[in-house]
Amino acid sequence: MLIEIPQSFWLYFIFFILLLVDGLWCMLATVNLLRMLIGLEVLMKSVTFFLIVAGYLSGRMALAQAMVITVIVIEVVVVVAAAGIILGFFRKNDSLNIRNTRDLKG
Amino acid sequence: MTLMTIILVLLVIAALWASMTTLLLRATIALALTSALLAVVMYSLGATLAAVLELSVCAGLISVVFVSVISLTQRKPFKEYVTRRMRRLRRFWPLPLVLIAIGFGLSFIHAPLQIVLPLPGGDGDVRTVLWNLRQLDLFGQILILLAGVFGVLVLFKGEGKDVD
Amino acid sequence: MNDLLLLVPFLALIVLNLLPKSARVTPFVVCFLIFLLQTAAAALQPFGVIDWSFTAPLERVIGFSLVVDNLSVLLLVSTGIAGLAAILVGRATLKEPRSRAIFLSLLLVSLIGINGIAMVRDLFTLFVFVEVTSVAAVILVTLREGPGGLEGAWKYLLLSSVASVFMLASIGFFLLSAGGITFDQAAAALAAPAPLAWVAAALFMCGLFVKGAMIPFHGWLADAYTAAPAPVSVFLAGIVTKASGIFALMRLAPSLLPASAPGREILLVVGALAAVAGAFLALGQSDMKRMLAYSSISQMGYIVMALGGAPSLALLAASFHFFNHTVSKAQLFANAAAVEKRLGTRDMDKMGGLAARMPVTGATAAVATLSIAGLPPFAGFWSKLLVVIALWNGGQRVFAVIAILTSLVTLGYFLVLQRKVFFGKILPEWESVREAGAGLLLPVIALALITVAIGIGFPFLLPMLLGGGV
Repeated sequence: MLIEIPQSFWLYFIFFILLLVDGLWCMLATVNLLRMLIGLEVLMKSVTFFLIVAGYLSGRMALAQAMVITVIVIEVVVVVAAAGIILGFFRKNDSLNIRNTRDLKG
Repeated sequence: MTLMTIILVLLVIAALWASMTTLLLRATIALALTSALLAVVMYSLGATLAAVLELSVCAGLISVVFVSVISLTQRKPFKEYVTRRMRRLRRFWPLPLVLIAIGFGLSFIHAPLQIVLPLPGGDGDVRTVLWNLRQLDLFGQILILLAGVFGVLVLFKGEGKDVD
Repeated sequence: MNDLLLLVPFLALIVLNLLPKSARVTPFVVCFLIFLLQTAAAALQPFGVIDWSFTAPLERVIGFSLVVDNLSVLLLVSTGIAGLAAILVGRATLKEPRSRAIFLSLLLVSLIGINGIAMVRDLFTLFVFVEVTSVAAVILVTLREGPGGLEGAWKYLLLSSVASVFMLASIGFFLLSAGGITFDQAAAALAAPAPLAWVAAALFMCGLFVKGAMIPFHGWLADAYTAAPAPVSVFLAGIVTKASGIFALMRLAPSLLPASAPGREILLVVGALAAVAGAFLALGQSDMKRMLAYSSISQMGYIVMALGGAPSLALLAASFHFFNHTVSKAQLFANAAAVEKRLGTRDMDKMGGLAARMPVTGATAAVATLSIAGLPPFAGFWSKLLVVIALWNGGQRVFAVIAILTSLVTLGYFLVLQRKVFFGKILPEWESVREAGAGLLLPVIALALITVAIGIGFPFLLPMLLGGGV
């Protein structure tokens, strides 16, 4: 490896928390469906990062990589399903604002 | 301040840009940039296969999905973005400050942690672990891909489909 | 049997999607048979009557590590019953062949997902199968583009994914502290005091609470259950939410929180919150399915509360209530489907006096509501009694009293439902309403009979259950 790798857990943990907070804030502070999806994506990247770091620090990189590969597949399917719901929502309500539904509230 | 730390800071900045920018297309590009930086981090930590998958799938496929959804749902004239930019900024401006504060605050923690020791013989190759030990996960991947296919069939169809 | 439970539905899924479009009834029959065989095979498993060694060559090729124990049998049998009800309701409600085909395919995918949840021994594989079930359920909710369908599905997908993020973070912490992610390794790491493992267990439980719609993460459940098409609501309420959230708690709680007070306290408080809040939220509803959805939150709160009771009875009480809730809630949603189909509305304020026009629906609904409210001689009485005893014996007197008082509120809102829908004066527009067709009556009669049979026969079942152990 050309890069010197720090061995401290707390360093990586800080960046994991930063990404987590960024994703959560993005998901909560918006009413646009696509932006909520972006926030969710950032969240998932933060856990992917954390899994790899956990694998590195505990020496079990093969297991961590196998898990991350599966998680990436799941992430893709979730994004595709969410995109489908967004398209359907847009077709029905002509807007991506979650408060602009034309449905009756029960 | 190692190179790794710099890359991680860039990663957080890219994610921050993805959350805060007004134009959705720019947010998609920022998200792809985040994935690319994450792939670099993963590669330097030794996770080569996962880094390749992250780069090609997340920075590639997901960006394509996002761009197609954006192109199918954009209708607003550009003037509206300027007014919305101000409103967005009001909701999002504390975020960088909060992140800096958290990063600063957490950097004072130096408690030693009990992490499990690495296995003596090394932990094996990803490919053997994936294909021989985690076959149920592979089966699960097939299942979720099938569910995704049915999702596409249900959701991406045109108008005029009712159930009852 | 373990591999077959995953592979047979998978094979059926592939075959059913390759059939020509002209096959109309065959897919329903095949799925019905699969669920029926699963229920029978799983129910007979503890007695060891079937010899499964003919699958030995299969197991040499495929290396799945699946284990079936008594708790798995509970989930397998419950899924079978809920699935059978959903198929029958689906046959009567869904008319378009394309929706039927996709409904059955996704039902099979969910079945494989839930079977996986029942049988795995590994935290990450559990996560994968929970995700499979959740994604399939989200897509099932969107099958009907009626009011609120997409919004309910969106909230479900988003909250479910946030829960997955929690669970993955927990798995990362377990990797750091236990070096592996099987159930045994995680339990070992928790027994040896390792602070990282405690954080991991707490995060995993949070993820499961969100998937199981515990307060304060219950926001998605009411919209998803109400907006989903009828057979999907039956399946969702009958088993999916319990399987993806509550079942994992039942599997992990005894080993992950052996005698630890904080863990049991969390379960008790979260369960009690869900039970009470769900009950009170159900009181003010005018939409029939929405009231049933909040009632589900309340009953799942009971199951979680039971897990915090005396260790000797906790799992038995939780399992029994799990099973009863599956049977009764699936039946109630089937009743709601019948009412909605005949009347075209779910608004209870517009209904009234249906008991004269839909006698079977009314009678079976009465059986299910009295059972869930905990009245003898129905099955729900015994399961609620066991929950209260488990709490009392474990020293949680306050929570036992909370459980009893919430039962009264449960009885309250169900009586409101009965009065608004079935009793009172019949409105002129409903004069010509007929009873539901045989397709919808068959599942509700069967499920009501199960409720009554267990209620009457439970004193004879109890020694066997206590002797066998759960």
